Amino acid sequence: MNNFQNMNRRNFLIRCSLISGSSLLLPGFSPAATPAAEADYEHEARWYEKIPHKKVKCKLCPRECVVDDRERGYCGVRENYQGVYYSLVHSHPCTYHIDPIEKKPLFHFLPGTQAFSLATVGCNVDCQFCQNWQISQIRPEQAENLDLPPQKIVNMTRESGAPSIAYTYSEPVIFAEYMYDIADAAARAGIKSVMVSNGYIQEKPMRELANVLSAVKIDLKAFSEEYYRDIVAGELKPVLDTLVLLKKINMWTEIVYLVVPTLNDGDKEFADLARWIKTELGQDVPVHFTRFHPQYKLLNLPPTPVKTLERARETALAEGLHYVYVGNVPGHAAEHTYCPKCGKILIRRQTFWILENKISNGKCPDCHTPIPGIWS
Amino acid sequence: MKRREFLKQSAMIGAGFTFLPISQNSFHNAIASATRSRVIQISGQDVRRGNILNQDIIAKMLDQAISHLYQTDQMGQIWKNLFSPQDVVGLKVNCLSGARASTHSLLTEAVIERLREAGIPAGNIIIWDRMNRDLENAGYKINLKNRNKVLCFGNDAAGFDDQLYMNGSVGSLITRTLTRICSAVINLPVLKDHGIVGVTLSMKNFFGAIHNPNKYHHNGGNPYVADLYELDIVRRKTRLTICDALDAQYEGGPPFKPQWNWPMNSLLVAVDGVALDRIGWDIIESKRREMGFPSLKETGRSPEYILTAGRKNLGQTHLDQIDWQKITMS
Repeated sequence: MNNFQNMNRRNFLIRCSLISGSSLLLPGFSPAATPAAEADYEHEARWYEKIPHKKVKCKLCPRECVVDDRERGYCGVRENYQGVYYSLVHSHPCTYHIDPIEKKPLFHFLPGTQAFSLATVGCNVDCQFCQNWQISQIRPEQAENLDLPPQKIVNMTRESGAPSIAYTYSEPVIFAEYMYDIADAAARAGIKSVMVSNGYIQEKPMRELANVLSAVKIDLKAFSEEYYRDIVAGELKPVLDTLVLLKKINMWTEIVYLVVPTLNDGDKEFADLARWIKTELGQDVPVHFTRFHPQYKLLNLPPTPVKTLERARETALAEGLHYVYVGNVPGHAAEHTYCPKCGKILIRRQTFWILENKISNGKCPDCHTPIPGIWS
Repeated sequence: MKRREFLKQSAMIGAGFTFLPISQNSFHNAIASATRSRVIQISGQDVRRGNILNQDIIAKMLDQAISHLYQTDQMGQIWKNLFSPQDVVGLKVNCLSGARASTHSLLTEAVIERLREAGIPAGNIIIWDRMNRDLENAGYKINLKNRNKVLCFGNDAAGFDDQLYMNGSVGSLITRTLTRICSAVINLPVLKDHGIVGVTLSMKNFFGAIHNPNKYHHNGGNPYVADLYELDIVRRKTRLTICDALDAQYEGGPPFKPQWNWPMNSLLVAVDGVALDRIGWDIIESKRREMGFPSLKETGRSPEYILTAGRKNLGQTHLDQIDWQKITMS
């Protein structure tokens, strides 16, 4: 019997409680596992430079945090201790469970399969709409963490029967060393790895990670630097650079664009985005326009009207993109995959579930148009 | 202590407290108004023999500073007016940088002595900072539940409130020590340079009360530090700021860097934490000039967040309007 049951969101969040019996979300929850604070300084970070006076400069994400002794970077999960930079979350996920791969969402990657999904705490941006801020915006000592070395994750994945591992929920860039080590071990075991990320990462670590990954989903939060500065606390250009890099190295990539009413939902922005994707990445990159719901610090805006999502999709299709989806709207017709040539439905979906998959040998069964993706 | 025992004990934190409405507030508001923008800088050259600090002299420095701040010799009455025996008083020390660049335990003990004399039970006094580990590294002994003694624990033991406190650029969970356990706070920062935000003093010390301080250092901490200090829960409970300048640091902070640390042998005391920060900034700039270092502005680390706090009317930042009294201990 499979030991891993799909968790609902409530159970997922229970995993992320504070130590000392005072849960972030569910007061009274009694912890039982090991807090990362007890495991400090075991795993040296892989991408950083030592600089004078026991300082370090992080070379993982574009922030390049200069971190003094006993201080942490912006992500809150990397600490300088006496001039050596450590990951505090390597081997200490705060949650794991089994998800449909469609939940990532990856629609052109092993459809209908499950992904063993895990996260540590931490993130290198601070999106005001973050739906998982209870884990992404906290530090290791504030969470209930597990002790799961890479090989243990691989063994659990094999036991679950999932063909892939997804690094997701928070921001895998900040646990890049852990992700790399798991993905490397997983690849040797014939298990694929997918990174669900904001793409805010430097080229060198991304290239190295790409050696052990099979697919990447990038959250492109908007197509303006202002939005990235004001809403995300990040930068757009490095994310675009990552997307171009992924294209260049032939990494299977899908893009999610969370449409937030009044902030990134203009026609021009949709058109500019679609034109850029077509020019720089090609017409076949799947793009998912997903629905915003009020979360975290952004509680003053309504959920995205479905018509806005449809307008975004129509704009992107008109600009020439082939695979444009609407997300977080269960039952919407734009959850399906359509053949860009004959227009017939190839994969019929309902939320995260595959109702029908007609793709045969990577092609449309009717007009034989190749459909890009990783299908087996 | 085994982890299971630790968790069992930490779950007890706060269990014995009656969460009281803030007492003495009317007095505090009146006195805050009277002392507004007054910053007492007291120096005691005899406070140190070699490398050893003298606790008695620290206590006398504290007394004289408080006396000048409130302009009265009735020391005992001041503390009684500030705090009632029902108050739970949090002493927010700054312990991230080990024993040599943190709030001296001798100063904290002097404050505790005055609180005890004012009738505050030991178990109603809590020394707190970010993590137990930091407190221990700075020389404090963790006491999670023995209320016959002063309590001492980090946010990692107390946990965080589940309400997201939001103000301007800031959205944070705040330690239960501040939100639920303490009815009053004495802020005990250290006078230090900070490699990102310029200086770390009164306002910045409250980064140790939130779950996500790492998110608020960019742009020199501006306006994050001021936005956090503007939170009602912080301002309403903070009754006094006593800045430890016995050892101060003008470069390389916040970690202890012996080459840039100097024995200033002083305390800075104020009700207006913003004014204290403005004075502290000035002191660090003066020391940098004296030692041939460029100004914080020239290094791109001007603590503009202090000026932001002034613009928000959180305190006085105009040097000519701050009653800065420099006293040498008699």
